[in-house]
Order: sequence, then structure tokens, then C-alpha cells
Amino acid sequence: MKFSVGLGRENAEQRLENRGVTRRDFMKFCASVAAAMGMGPAFAPKVAQALTATKRPSVVWLHNAECTGCSEAILRTVKPFIDELILDTISLDYHETIMAAAGEAAEEALHKAVAAPDGFFLVVEGGIPMIENGAWGKVSGKTMLETTKELAPKAKGVICMGTCSCFGGVQKAKPNPSQAVSVKEATGVTTINIAGCPPNPINFVGAVVHVLTKGIPELDKDGRPNMFFGETVHDNCPRLKHFDASEFAPSFDSEEAKKGYCLYELGCKGPVTYNNCPKVLFNQTTWPVQAGHPCIGCSEPDFWDSMSPFYQQ
Amino acid sequence: MAESKPTPQSTFTGPVIVDPITRIEGHLRIMVEVENGKIKDAWSSSQLFRGLEIILKGRDPRDAQHFTQRACGVCTYVHALASTRCVDNAVKVNIPANARMMRNLVMAAQYLHDHIVHFYHLHALDWVDVTNALKADPQKAAKLAANIAPARPGNSAESLKAVQDRLKAFVETGQLGIFTNAYFLGGHAAYYLPPEVDLIATAHYLEALHLQVKAARGMAVFGGKNPHTQFTIVGGCTNYDAMTPDRIAEFTALWKETKQFVDEVYIPDLLAVAGFYKDWGGIGGTTNFMSFGEFPTNVQDTAKYMESCYFPAGVMMNRDLKKVDKVDLKAITEHVKYSWYKGDQPHHPYEGVTDPQYTKLDDKERYSWMKAPRYNGKAMEVGPLARVLIAYAKGHKETKGLVDTVLKKLGIPATALFSTLGRTAARGIETAIIAEKMDGWIKEYAANIKKGDSNLAAKWEMPAEAEGVGLVDAPRGALSHWIKIKDKKIDNFQLVVPSTWNLGPRCAAGAVSPVEEALIGTPIADPKRPVEILRTVHAFDPCIACGVHVIEPNSNEVLKFRIR
Repeated sequence: MKFSVGLGRENAEQRLENRGVTRRDFMKFCASVAAAMGMGPAFAPKVAQALTATKRPSVVWLHNAECTGCSEAILRTVKPFIDELILDTISLDYHETIMAAAGEAAEEALHKAVAAPDGFFLVVEGGIPMIENGAWGKVSGKTMLETTKELAPKAKGVICMGTCSCFGGVQKAKPNPSQAVSVKEATGVTTINIAGCPPNPINFVGAVVHVLTKGIPELDKDGRPNMFFGETVHDNCPRLKHFDASEFAPSFDSEEAKKGYCLYELGCKGPVTYNNCPKVLFNQTTWPVQAGHPCIGCSEPDFWDSMSPFYQQ
Repeated sequence: MAESKPTPQSTFTGPVIVDPITRIEGHLRIMVEVENGKIKDAWSSSQLFRGLEIILKGRDPRDAQHFTQRACGVCTYVHALASTRCVDNAVKVNIPANARMMRNLVMAAQYLHDHIVHFYHLHALDWVDVTNALKADPQKAAKLAANIAPARPGNSAESLKAVQDRLKAFVETGQLGIFTNAYFLGGHAAYYLPPEVDLIATAHYLEALHLQVKAARGMAVFGGKNPHTQFTIVGGCTNYDAMTPDRIAEFTALWKETKQFVDEVYIPDLLAVAGFYKDWGGIGGTTNFMSFGEFPTNVQDTAKYMESCYFPAGVMMNRDLKKVDKVDLKAITEHVKYSWYKGDQPHHPYEGVTDPQYTKLDDKERYSWMKAPRYNGKAMEVGPLARVLIAYAKGHKETKGLVDTVLKKLGIPATALFSTLGRTAARGIETAIIAEKMDGWIKEYAANIKKGDSNLAAKWEMPAEAEGVGLVDAPRGALSHWIKIKDKKIDNFQLVVPSTWNLGPRCAAGAVSPVEEALIGTPIADPKRPVEILRTVHAFDPCIACGVHVIEPNSNEVLKFRIR
């Protein structure tokens, strides 16, 4: 089911009906978004309201020290699909990976978005290099540090997409050559941390809808929304029964590995990793442990150092 | 097909800087000098340094793939594969046939996904004016679509009208989102598609956003997730689940749907758009080309690896389609004279000494975090065009057939391949070839399992000391990872990456890189909206995060690698 009506105008529901989408269908869709957020069906009207606002909320997405995997992850969203998200739900006014404009025209788009009277939400992908006052990472000739420090306090809310912006990420791993830090460390602004390398896009979309409808979700001590990061990977792992029965795969070529036994002895970090991978799956079909690979703990702060070597307990 | 138009050109003289180059991976600044409307000189400057190779030192070699994969989330998997092949090679493990086939199939799926997203979401807006689609007659557009592609529901007049209505409603909100300040807004002399082609392409831009979800899902079925697969290990793969009939059927169905899109949408769109931009068959060319080969059947023996690849390895100098040499890895050197590192002597990657030293933004003497790799001192283009040219020159049957068909349809000679148009066409051509080839590869994999081979991983021991190389010809081009193991830990790890070959700075001799060469001579119609720069830069599909890497920044240790 697709809803694509240019919702940022009046009478969105009327226009939906004109295109053969009944209110019932639309509310069903909203209920599925609410469910993805871990909310009950009573929350669907709030989602509907957010999706049919007259003006789409402006979102500015910054790329700092990163690999663009988090942007790629968001392209894989299916509830809603990315086109529905960026054409109908939000106004993605600056995003270097998909925006049409480049150079000065792109810079100008950024200035325009952050100066708009209705304000903007900030999404940050990537850590912030601090070395030489940030000089090792620049966009439009300005350091990432300078731009992020300028925009984060002005935003209506800051969402960190991925472990790099949440906690510093892979470039922060020892010896941290570029002195990378998280957005919070660089700016002092409290952020909503959608952790993961990359995160599941459903967690990002759920956080966005939550912010638009109910405000900032309840966060854990690491700034991660409890609704997505409240339980460990281990808690919901389909291989938990093997763990409980002490059925472990001793090596990747073993009969036990072929049988799908627990990967704990091969280094699985599921017991100490807070994320909802086994519940929501990646790409709607599988996730690393199902694919026989131990969890590497990618949604935990500094996992590159604290969880490695990855293939050892 | 429409005849070639003269390329519009201004009389502007002066500097033009595009920063950020958007619709790429990473942070790239392009600086050019324009003289009387044509680019006279160009500088490609990478703007971020992270230092993954420094971080790898001292770690468990098995972990390398997870770190290196984070070099890039767009060309995801390719670094995981290169690192895994590299450590496999160092520990001398023979991986099971199922593991080789599973890795190759995920690579093939990555090619399809990556190239589709590049064409529609990273490159198309350089050629397609989305707002011009509002002027299209949907009936006429549907007729045109029926002429260039098989009948599809998405190409009906009703569907195209619905896209137009949706676009209209979107524009009327006044919130243009990702299209804000696009170079084409208000008209641009360098965009010359008729409104109907703009409408078809815009409809397919949106359709491709949905299709790519499925193409990536195909990758995840075997790869555990996308982006950033998690199923390879030293010695093989882990995904026993992907050996079940259900998973093979799921992978097959997603491949089929993606292939259908490639054949019925991507290739027809490529030909339709290219037909109006034939002048770009004479713009943006480079001189030398290299491929390491991909889709190997022999991954054990380094000497035989390249020979065993489906896409052939080779080196082509001076656009000579009659001569392809073998790749000699010893001929590679990396230069830092124009980079933000100390020193100015070129070194083989494994004997290099590098020390970061940032100068300033608009320095033309030191201007990039990338180094400049050279082959026998020459700049080499890598990626789709290099692969296709080398395969074409070597008489690779499927490549020769499809290239000749495309040239004939466009009415252009083979020499027009050495261009921005040729580079973009080559990407589509190899996508179609891989999509076709996957049928046999999937069947081979399924048959091997069916006959009773249940192995996916092999036993091995970490040696105290070893060295190894892992080659991949990634969607963006020739990639190699090199490891030196000491005391069972990473003593040194090197990445020599496609975007460094294509988008690095000048070498010690002051000679330009492929992208710089390609930009020189390009006409610029409007220096405030230099879409022509984007066209050529995007044709290389830059991945800048991959391209910046460094060896031993804080020591003067001379690293000695034996090249096999």
C-alpha cells in the first residue's frame, strides 16, 4: 500500500480518498507504523496527524566522519518507503548523498533550511574529528566540528544515526588517529542515539515519528531509546534455547554450527548488546546470528575496542 | 535516436569550486580553472582523514574485515571480501566450494544494487530535469516508453500521469526537500531531454527507490544484512541458513526481479538518455585502464587467481584496444608529493612512509588526503569502464556482444567509449551481463549443495608470521588489501582502493589523476551551476571514505613486503 499525495497541504485525507485510498486503509498503515514503534493501535491517530501535517517538518542531515552506511540503511526503509518518507512525511532539506544540488547551491540550501522560521530537526551521521581544531574533516571549506557545533544547539531535536555520531565510531577505535568523538561530546547537546553499524532503519523511522508525535522518547544512559534498545540481542535470540541447553558451536566448520547451535563460544556479543535485531530483522529477512555469524556488539559504545577480538569471548 | 547537439559553453574565465560534491560517498572538493568556458585545469581534493589502517595495527587479523568494511557503506561488502581473501591467503586456507560461490553471489548482488542506485539516485539528476517532467504529455511519454522498453504497468499513461500528479503536488507544497536549489531549477542549457523522457526517468527514479530495497534484500539473504554484511570468516562463510532450499529460492526470486528491472528499465533508460547526450561521448575520457578481474573460480592460488576470473584482469595503456597486458602488482607505487602527508618520494605501497601534515584548504601544492597511486608511473582508470574495455579488447564474449549492440543502437563508434558517456554506459552494460550470468551461478551453487556438499568453512591455524594479499575488482574498480602478520597480530594492513586510483591528486611528476584528466577540456555552460563537473565526477562513482588511507603515520619504519 502506498500513500503518495503530497501530504504537506490541506485536505490530505480528501486527496487520499480521491486516489482510492480509504480512511480505513490509511489508518491501517498508520497503525503498522505505530506498531513498529512499539505503540498500541490507539497511537495510530497521532501517526496520521503527523503524516498529514500541513507543513512537512524540515530535516537537515549532516555527514561527518562516516562511511555513508547509515544513509544507505535509511534508503532500505519500507515503513514507509524512502520516497514516502522524504516526499510526503518530512522535508529532507539537506542530505549530501541524495540531494540534487551541489557546491554553493547545496551550501545555500543548508543555510536556508536552518534559518527557516519553523525550525529544523538535525540528523547527524558520523563522528567528529577534533584534531587540529577539526581540520582533518571539512565540508564546504568548514570543519565538521564547526558546522555541527553551530547547528546542534539550534535544532528542535538532534538524532544521531549510527554508532559513529552516537559514540564516535570506528575512527574512534584505538589509537583514534583523528581524535574523533560523538556529537554529544563535541557539542554538549543531548542527542537521541540510534545506535548500530548501521542501525536498523525501522529504529530511525520509529524515533522520527515519536519525536513528531510525542516528543523525545525515553532514553537509556547511553541516549538510546528504550523502545528499541531496552533488551539484549541475547534476550530475544532464536538460538537462546541452545544456550540454555549448553549447546554451543565449537567452530564454524563444526556439525554444531551446521545445526544452528549457540555462537557464544565463537565470540557472540549478544548477551551484552542492547538492540532489537532478532525482533525486527535486517532487510525484512534475516540478521547476522541467523546467518551464522556472532554478534559483534555494534550498537554498544566503543564496541570496536571493548568487544574485540570479535571471535573470542 | 536524436542527433548530437553542440555542447553549450559560456565565455566565463575564472575559478570554479564545487564543495561538497554531493550524491557520492564521502567528502570531495573539486577545484577547476575555466578559460573561455572550458575547464583548463582541475584539482580533486579529498576532505576527510580517519586512519583505519593505523587502527588495525596490533589487532586480531580475523577482525580486519569488520573494520575495513566500514571504509564504505555504499560499496559495502567489498572491503570485507578483500580483507577476508587477504587473510585466507596469508593463513593458506583452501575455502570450500560453497563458500567461494556464496561470496561470489553476494558480490554479484552487490554489483546489481550498487549500479542501479548509482544510475538513478546518484547520477540521473545530472542528466534529468525533474521539474521539466511536469511539462510532459503522459500519453506521449507512454508511447515513447513502449518504443524503448517492453510493456510494463509502470510505463502506462495512467501510471506516468500519477507520477506527474504526485510531483506536481510535491512542488506545490513549496518545500522542495532534496530538490532544493537543484542546478536544473528554472531551466539549464546543459539539460536537453524532452519532457517525456524526463518524466519516464523520474518515474523510474522513484520505482528504483523501491526496487533497490529488494536488490539489497537479496544480498542480505546470503550476507546476513545490508549494508555491512556479516557472513564471511577467514576460511569460508557462516551462513548455513543460506544453503536451505527456501533461502536459495528467496535469493533467486529477488535476483529475478532485479534482473527484470535491469533489462526492462535500467538499460532502456540508459539508452534513451544517452541518445540525447551523445556529445558526452567526446567529453571526459582518460588514457590508461586496469582491472584485477572478478568472480574467480580459483581463490587458492594467487598466481592463477586473476586468470580464473569471469571478468578478465588486465592493463590497457594509451587506449589501445588491441593490447591488454597482464597486471604486475610490483609496478604499483603511491605518491604523496601533492597530498597532505610529509615527503615527496613515490614508494611501493609496502615500502612507504607516511606522515599526515595538513596545510590548508586552497593549497595547490598539497591538496588532498588521498595519495596518488600509479602503475609504472602512469595514472590508471579503474572501475566499470576499465573492466568493460579490457573485457572487450580480450574478446570476452558477453561483453563484446553487448558493447557492440549498445554502440550500434546509439550510432557511435567504439572510440566514444573513452568518455563520460562511455563510463556511464559501461556500468549499465556490466550490470546486465552480471544479472544474466547469475542464473548459472545460482544453479551451480544449488546443484553443489544438492549433491551433498554441506561444507561452508574450513579449518586453519593462525601462523605466528605471514603475509597475504586479497584482490577484488569492486563495482568502483581495482581493490587490494595487504596484510603482514607478526605474533599472530596485524603488523601492518594496507588498502589500495579504486577511488584513490580514479580521484587522487597529482603524482610526484606533477601528472594529473584520471578524474582531473577527464575534467580538463569540459565545457561549462553556467559557472554558477556547473552540472558538467558533476557529470564527469559522478561517472566515476566516487567513494572518498574508501580512498583515504595511510601507512604508518607516526613512525619512520620502512615496511618490507614481498610481492608475489
